[in-house]
Amino acid sequence: MKRILSSLLLVCVVILTQAQESFPINGIRDVRSGLYAFTNATIIQNETTKIEKATLIIKQGKIVAVGTGLSVPADAIVIDCAGKFIYPSFIDALTSYGLPAAQRGQGGFNFGAPAQFISNKPGAYNWNQAVRPEINAVDIFTVDENGASSFRANGFGAVFTHVKDGLARGTGAVVSLATDDNHRAILKTKAASVYSFEKGTSTQSYPSSLMGSIAVLRQSYLDAKWYLTKPVSEGVNLSLEAWNNNQSMPQIFATDDKWNAIRADRIGDEFGVQYVIRGADNGYQRIDEIAKTKASYILGVDFPAAMDVEDPNDARFVSLADMKHWELAPTNPGVFEKANIPFSLTSADMKDGKQFLANVKKAIQNGLSETKALEALTKTPATLLGVYDQVGSIETGKWANFIITTEPVFSANSKIIENWVQGNKYEVNETEWTNLAGKYTLTINNNGTKTDYNLELKKDLSANIIGTDTLAAKITVSEALVKINFPTKKGRGADQLRLSGVIAAGGWSGVGTDGAGNKTTWSASFKSALNANTETARGDFRRGGQDSSRNVTSKITYPFTGFGNEVVPQQETILIKNATVWTNEKDGILQNTDVLIKAGKIAKVGKNISDATAKVVDGTGKHLSAGVIDEHSHIASMSTNEGGQSVTSEVRIGDNLNPEDVNIYRQLSGGVTSSHILHGSANTIGGQTQLIKLRWGATDEGLKFAGADGFIKFALGENVKRTTSTNNNRYPDTRMGVEEVLNDAFDRAVDYQRNLKANPNGRHDLELDALVEILNKKRFITCHSYVQPEITYTMRVAEKYGITINTFTHILDGYKVADKMKAHGANVSTFSDWFMYKTEVQDAIAYNAAIMQKVGLNVCINSDDAEMARRLNQEAGKTVKYGGVSEEDALKMVTLNPAKALHVDNKVGSIKVGKDADVVLWSDNPLSIYAKAEKTIVDGVVYFDREKDAEARKKITAEKSRLVQKMLGDKRMGMPMRAATPSFQILLTCGDHEHEDHMATIYENENN
Amino acid sequence: MQKKYASLLILSFALLVTMAKAQETVYPAAAQKGATAITHATVHVGNGTVLNDATVVFEKGKITAVGVGIAIPKGATEIDGTGKQVYPGLILPSSFLGLKEISSGVRGSNDLQEIGENNADIRSIVSYNTDSKITNVLRANGILLAHIAPEGELIEGRSSVVQLDAWNYEDAEYKANTGMYITIPSMMARRGGRGGFRAMMMGGGAPADPAKAAFDKIEIIKTFFTQAKAYLQEKTHVANNLKFEATRALFEGKQKLFVRANEVKQMLVGIDLGKTFGFSVVIVGGSESFQIANLLAENKIPVILDQQHALPATEDDDVDQPYKTPAQLNKAGVLFALNDMSDNNKQINLSFNAGTAATYGLTKEEALTAITLNSAKILGIDDKTGSVEVGKDANIIVSQGDILDMRGNQLTHAFIQGRSISLDNKQKQLYERYKHKYGIK
Repeated sequence: MKRILSSLLLVCVVILTQAQESFPINGIRDVRSGLYAFTNATIIQNETTKIEKATLIIKQGKIVAVGTGLSVPADAIVIDCAGKFIYPSFIDALTSYGLPAAQRGQGGFNFGAPAQFISNKPGAYNWNQAVRPEINAVDIFTVDENGASSFRANGFGAVFTHVKDGLARGTGAVVSLATDDNHRAILKTKAASVYSFEKGTSTQSYPSSLMGSIAVLRQSYLDAKWYLTKPVSEGVNLSLEAWNNNQSMPQIFATDDKWNAIRADRIGDEFGVQYVIRGADNGYQRIDEIAKTKASYILGVDFPAAMDVEDPNDARFVSLADMKHWELAPTNPGVFEKANIPFSLTSADMKDGKQFLANVKKAIQNGLSETKALEALTKTPATLLGVYDQVGSIETGKWANFIITTEPVFSANSKIIENWVQGNKYEVNETEWTNLAGKYTLTINNNGTKTDYNLELKKDLSANIIGTDTLAAKITVSEALVKINFPTKKGRGADQLRLSGVIAAGGWSGVGTDGAGNKTTWSASFKSALNANTETARGDFRRGGQDSSRNVTSKITYPFTGFGNEVVPQQETILIKNATVWTNEKDGILQNTDVLIKAGKIAKVGKNISDATAKVVDGTGKHLSAGVIDEHSHIASMSTNEGGQSVTSEVRIGDNLNPEDVNIYRQLSGGVTSSHILHGSANTIGGQTQLIKLRWGATDEGLKFAGADGFIKFALGENVKRTTSTNNNRYPDTRMGVEEVLNDAFDRAVDYQRNLKANPNGRHDLELDALVEILNKKRFITCHSYVQPEITYTMRVAEKYGITINTFTHILDGYKVADKMKAHGANVSTFSDWFMYKTEVQDAIAYNAAIMQKVGLNVCINSDDAEMARRLNQEAGKTVKYGGVSEEDALKMVTLNPAKALHVDNKVGSIKVGKDADVVLWSDNPLSIYAKAEKTIVDGVVYFDREKDAEARKKITAEKSRLVQKMLGDKRMGMPMRAATPSFQILLTCGDHEHEDHMATIYENENN
Repeated sequence: MQKKYASLLILSFALLVTMAKAQETVYPAAAQKGATAITHATVHVGNGTVLNDATVVFEKGKITAVGVGIAIPKGATEIDGTGKQVYPGLILPSSFLGLKEISSGVRGSNDLQEIGENNADIRSIVSYNTDSKITNVLRANGILLAHIAPEGELIEGRSSVVQLDAWNYEDAEYKANTGMYITIPSMMARRGGRGGFRAMMMGGGAPADPAKAAFDKIEIIKTFFTQAKAYLQEKTHVANNLKFEATRALFEGKQKLFVRANEVKQMLVGIDLGKTFGFSVVIVGGSESFQIANLLAENKIPVILDQQHALPATEDDDVDQPYKTPAQLNKAGVLFALNDMSDNNKQINLSFNAGTAATYGLTKEEALTAITLNSAKILGIDDKTGSVEVGKDANIIVSQGDILDMRGNQLTHAFIQGRSISLDNKQKQLYERYKHKYGIK
């Protein structure tokens, strides 16, 4: 009897737990062969080979034979697997199994807390605490039955495990999920090294941003390369040594979002590394870009549950993007398959690990082939980790890692019965060996009075007993023991019959007690199978097996937000007729003028222009101007401040652009065509900035303003001396110190450049590289500044090093030193009317722009605020009110002047033949409160059109309603739900002042 | 030495000039003497009416005549309003003016929020700083009255309306104890903590039940008012209770309950509080008020919209939602006023918030009403001000052009209770100072 046999086997597992040969034994040696034959099974050897009625023979944990018609050795323990399926056990390519639980991360830079500048890890390790390549998971790995059993329940037999902590996490090992022996469980000691953007438990202040994480990784590659030259000055650096040693193995980058996957791949490209990427579970949203990474992926299947959207007030704050992701997430693996992107599937980090197989099945319903699913769980991870010679298929010589299932593993009702790992049997659903379901005759013998019942038993052991009434019975099966409880008739208070017995091949039998306490005997015999209808229980449906309602209709939009487009808008030939054209050129403001846009450029400006191929737009009564350029913005990026150090010129906003920020679209609605995305003002020398064009729907790279000069953000005053922190320990704490930080930085850059010239193999420092670019006039400074002394000394420092401060931004005291800035040659970029929001702006006056303009400076009006950026034209209009600037000059402050300040006035900023077709059609004089941008055009592409916007609004409402109904449908069907979670928008700010927005907005860097 | 003496003289002269120009010398005006007449102007009454080529006469601080072809009293000070626009003085319907000077990093300049969650008894007026550097800038932008209120966790305290031309708070008080302010806590599931990009990556987190937390606080408010009501019925008290005493005007209907609420559920709770205790409720904030406009109209609940120049609440909202909320309220028949809560420009752009509302659905006169007469109605001062009508205080501004548009907004005169007030301020003085430095005309 199989059942008894299996109990014996369990004992075997324990005995197989033999010590290492090198270990002394306390007791009597007991070595066994572990020879088993699994017969009559359908064996799926790998994703392409299936053999019927086959035999699998294993010995001492390894597969010794597999095939049909094998002779079963006489000394083998035979396990009859008739009707059962055997698959190779799965492999999870990224877990932290058998290692201490990961600690909570430190999060970002806390303005209020004292800073920690250097790693506090004792020993000859890296300066940055988050760089830990010296960590080897295998050193601290121990088997863990608790952890292993949950993996095994999902069919896994081996996993890659690593310490999930830090930007460079060191190496991970491949281990089996057998838990009898630490030694034998290790299949490969150092299988891959792992990297991430998350600093983990590091308590060091730096890095505190995504761009900081990227900079640390890039610098580490440079440092490791330099370390190979055995620099005397460095001595022994165990981290860099490990970094170099780790390079020969597979490199895994652990992240999540699709853009982060692309960012990671870019780091790899720069240093000649092809990462395997854990992430892009939303990769279906940008599959072409994901394919371009040429990476192999490790995908999760933690598909979000439907949200409980019954309360419309809660549902309102769930974004369409989140709702669509709920619908589309299960399509992700299938989309990867179609795009021929190799991938493994991981169960790690799931909110509910028990859902893993159910979710793989969901992915299969949504386009993933079963073959690919199996490959993604076996061969692909095994190959990538270099252990396919040991695990991943059922082949002679490999470890005996396999699962026995009731049905093909991915079919809806399939159950894993046992999971054998290294020849050890682990029970998963042992009761599934025998399918007890069927119709039985149950006979109760009560002192000679026999009563017959019909017993209908379902697979899940729910049962009905049909006599006079149909009665629900409670049946419990444990090993070969069975308990049956049922009332003798319907209604409350009916007597309960309680039966207990054994399940034997010839039928069930046992004893019982009726309601009156009489002893009975009973027996049950199998009559017939259940008909199919009875067997399709609703429960299976609930498990996500057969959800026929998942009729997925969400469309991918670019970007993946409500206002995204299914097709990215294309360049058009457009003829705007009879408009008032603000040329920003010597022609001034032209009445009743036509402008032709062709191939992304302004092709003609004049009267009576015609072009047969052009789409004609009537500009009568309307105004056409160059697109608004915002010199100071923080939209469209994932982080703004790297405040961990006073000098962070190595970080680059361009490394962490967010092309899905809805503020891009909102600003287009206000006529903005280019934004200069700045680092924040948390430190004296901040990061490298990024000029972008608002190409809504482009990728992060596609946003970048090609060919524009590089800029960098500097900051002075209250923010960099951390005025509002009560326990600042970061230098500087005064404006005097700020000046010295500048002097010191440039001094270091001068020396660095000289030393590198003398020794080109010297250490390359990304921070100093950027400063050298400034010295060589390859990179230009935009300097956050408020009060007059700091403005003056910053110019003097710059002059000492032969450079010019390109732009003073904010510059609310600028009117006091306008003449000095004019002499220095700086541009200025300011607010129209802000004042009194902090001490250093007590003397701010709305006449500032006008005075500076009249002194002869190139004056810009900027936003530094995602909301106000939509009204920069009106902010410029205020310079007419405050100080009497001419209307033509006023509009230039948000168009041509910022173009000049950013060195792109040869391309944008005015309506001139040959320049980029970045223009706005306004309903009214653009300086007026009554002006609306009707069309905003970038490179000849209409990215905002008020009519199309109206359609988009309707579509958003319709799509959201459809998805809400669908989620409600899930709720009615009893599918797993989660609370409606508001989709908060992360709004990055430089932390300089407050912003006016509502509710579903979370500010980051609010204190930085 | 002669030369040294001369330069000293020049220096002291310069100092004198500077001193004479200091903000501290922008004096509150003396009471109106005789009559003043603004003639041939376009008069925007504030109630939707526009009078062309009209005359406004005021005397002893009150408006005595408004219309076309009106006789000018003898000896009246005549202001030629040809080509100019006359409006009622603008009203900030909910403000931190005089309580919060420099918000960031200068704790000492702020008197806004008291310790504890129940401060029913505190009065904003006693902290009101008439010498704030912000006040004169607001006046130059047409704002002549402001409703000033404390902020707080739950029960915030009492507010007053002030006029912006005063020596001290007692002079300034225009309507005492206008309202009691409370805040209804948010019922939105919020993600806690900071964490930059990582927080974004990690997704929603597991918020505790925010509605329950909010209702625990709301219960505190309800209990307080229930007990206050009982207290006020007592013939003798065990002890005098300042917080309960502070609610007397509220129960007597002499004071309104100003409820800070932006979310729908917060507003609904506010309406319910009003019904439960018979209070006259005003919603302050009202970001989501467009969602329940009909309900607000049915219940006659007025709304002070804190900020038009705001981003939409969700990424799927109409990009111009906050701009058009006023028009949506107007269409539903809600009494509403526009505010400006910007901390960066200290509420000086009130008129442009109205301008935006006019661009997105209101008529210009409706938009004007929303920063004048409607505000006065909500604050209970429409018998005295809010429109250019006979019998009301002569709170009047005169502009070169359309005050709702930056292209026209240029004040030439302003009168509070008939007093011709100075439009000078620190900003203009610094402007003059540096025009002088650079020789700018």
